[in-house]
Amino acid sequence: MGNRSSLLLREEEIAQIQEETGFTPNQIERLYSRFTSLDRGDCGTLSRDDFLRIPELAINPLGERIVNSFFQEEGLNDRVNFRQFMRVLAHFRPIKKNKENKLNSREEKLRFAFKMYDLDNDDMISKEELLAILHMMVGANISEEQLTSIAERTIVEADEDRDQMISFEEFCNALQRTDVAQKMSIRFLN
Amino acid sequence: PKKEVERYPVISVSFYRVETPFIIGLWIFCASLAKIGFHMAPKLSEIFPESCLLIFVGVVIGVVLVHVTDSVHMSPLTPDTFFFYMLPPIILDAGYFMPNRLFFDHLGTILLFAVIGTIFNTLTIGASLWAVGLTGLYSCDTPLLDMFLFSSLISAVDPVAVLAVFEEIQVNEILYIVVFGESLLNDAVTVVLYHLFESYTEMGLENIVYQDIVAGLASFFVVALGGTVIGVIWGLGTGYVTRFTNEVRVIEPIFIFVMAYLAYLNAEIFHMSGILAITFCGITMKNYVEANISHKSHTTIKYTMKMLSSSSETIIFMFLGVATVSSYHVWNTWFVVLTILFCSVYRVLGVIIFTAIANRFRLHQLSQVEKFVMSYGGLRGAVAFALVLLISPDIVPLQPMFMTTTIAVVYFTVFFQGITIKPLVKILNVKTSEKRKPTMNERIHERLMDHVMAALEDIMGQHGNYHIRDRFKRFDNKFIRPYLLRNHQGAEPKILETYSKLAMRDAMEYMRRNASTI
Repeated sequence: MGNRSSLLLREEEIAQIQEETGFTPNQIERLYSRFTSLDRGDCGTLSRDDFLRIPELAINPLGERIVNSFFQEEGLNDRVNFRQFMRVLAHFRPIKKNKENKLNSREEKLRFAFKMYDLDNDDMISKEELLAILHMMVGANISEEQLTSIAERTIVEADEDRDQMISFEEFCNALQRTDVAQKMSIRFLN
Repeated sequence: PKKEVERYPVISVSFYRVETPFIIGLWIFCASLAKIGFHMAPKLSEIFPESCLLIFVGVVIGVVLVHVTDSVHMSPLTPDTFFFYMLPPIILDAGYFMPNRLFFDHLGTILLFAVIGTIFNTLTIGASLWAVGLTGLYSCDTPLLDMFLFSSLISAVDPVAVLAVFEEIQVNEILYIVVFGESLLNDAVTVVLYHLFESYTEMGLENIVYQDIVAGLASFFVVALGGTVIGVIWGLGTGYVTRFTNEVRVIEPIFIFVMAYLAYLNAEIFHMSGILAITFCGITMKNYVEANISHKSHTTIKYTMKMLSSSSETIIFMFLGVATVSSYHVWNTWFVVLTILFCSVYRVLGVIIFTAIANRFRLHQLSQVEKFVMSYGGLRGAVAFALVLLISPDIVPLQPMFMTTTIAVVYFTVFFQGITIKPLVKILNVKTSEKRKPTMNERIHERLMDHVMAALEDIMGQHGNYHIRDRFKRFDNKFIRPYLLRNHQGAEPKILETYSKLAMRDAMEYMRRNASTI
């Protein structure tokens, strides 16, 4: 327990995170206790393995991709600290009408989803990238040709400039009718 | 002596032989004709919802019947015909074409309204009517339990009326599913409260011990869960049977209808909620049946279901009109006015209280406008009327007055609220919905978002909707689908479904454009 106390959240840190992400102090503290319970090594940061120890996450077909998105910001770094952790979660805060926040806007939410596909960070979803995701989601029981034709069809449908890729703009357009604000938000408990 | 022989007649008339089926046929014919009539008068159906016009036609027919036959003819809307033949098709249609995802996403709110909301309405309306009765305003004796019996049947929002009105105005999907879901699920509460107060009335107020109250509470869970479980079991059964129909495609639709109907009756045998049973039977079977049956059977099922439900609905409203004319009425102005008043006031109050509670737990906050439409959408209908007919006048001497009042409330909600809701939705600028099929992109990206959200819930250790859905899907794919589906394909049947639908549409389009090449 003595070890734990050194990891307690300081007031100014809470204020900083609150400023940056828009969470309330209660939510921050709640998430912090979750963070520390995930942090097996008690070192104040999480590794990929810490995430993947969550049993449901390990069997989520996209689990690894999602975990990776926590590590994108800092490039080579393979541990996330609490602030980075919170910055990622902030994307999923519900959009409040009169409170502008740059992290949880509709565009940021879409950007997050887009990055799940875009492995090589070239701001384009190629057929291969789409196929990789389809493979994970649909599973093995389906023939390769069928998956390929699904991927091709999806690209043709969204592709406006005929370059056989889906750009972020095209991606947003394809999801125009989807209530992204609703779909990619989560109610954070207080 | 020579036997008197009747010579063989060239023609003979024996109406009595065909009387019942003939009259039934005639009723359906009249109702359908009336429906065609309204669509040929677009001005009329723009102002009035169809249900109003149908009731009106019913009243006219009723007046004519009374003058022509001049005798007490049998009223066509009896509780048995209603509950056994007219209600099930409507509910099955609703359950089968229920947007599952939406329904389960808002299940919490729906249940809050259906269960707590209906109990709240029953108790407040009953108590208020009784309290006013103490002043002697009605100039008749109104015992407490009779009032509760009445309020239990009048406070339930009616699925038939809600569907009839909401299908026409097309409000946004969340609003629709909340009001409509409430009307479906509150049946369990209505059934329990109704039977509860019925037997309490028979027992008499002074003989009720607290054990009866506990039994009432317990029976609620039995009725609701029992109905649901029976429905789910029959639904899974239907999935299993259709697994083997690939050689006899023509009988595929039969299984869907018969097994759903059996689920309904099965629940009714044990006095469980038939409405819940058939709703959940529809919801469950759709998941599995669709993958097993042929494309043509699917079309048959869809259209037969739509036809049955819309004709049942038509007939119910017309019969409601007819029944108004031909029954004995005991009109009690104060009682009628106060019932309508209390029904409306407590509906609004209930919506305000329960949306405030629900909003604490909801991502999508129910706005003022939505609250208004929700309270305005609390329509009462034929279920209340059929239930009031079931009360025996020997036990409850006030039954005729209750019946008149019920009809008045139904008229008020169907006519006044039904007619004004359309312009109100326009004035208040309620978001209206557009029906659409998802595109390939939407299907795939939305599915991806689901996975992301499920993962997020797991990371945060919150077990929300996505987490539960994820669990169910995994269970379904592992333990249910392999046994119920003929050829189980992959984990994402919806993506494949969308793909094959779109591919089919393209092929049809291609054929149409290049007809000469074939």
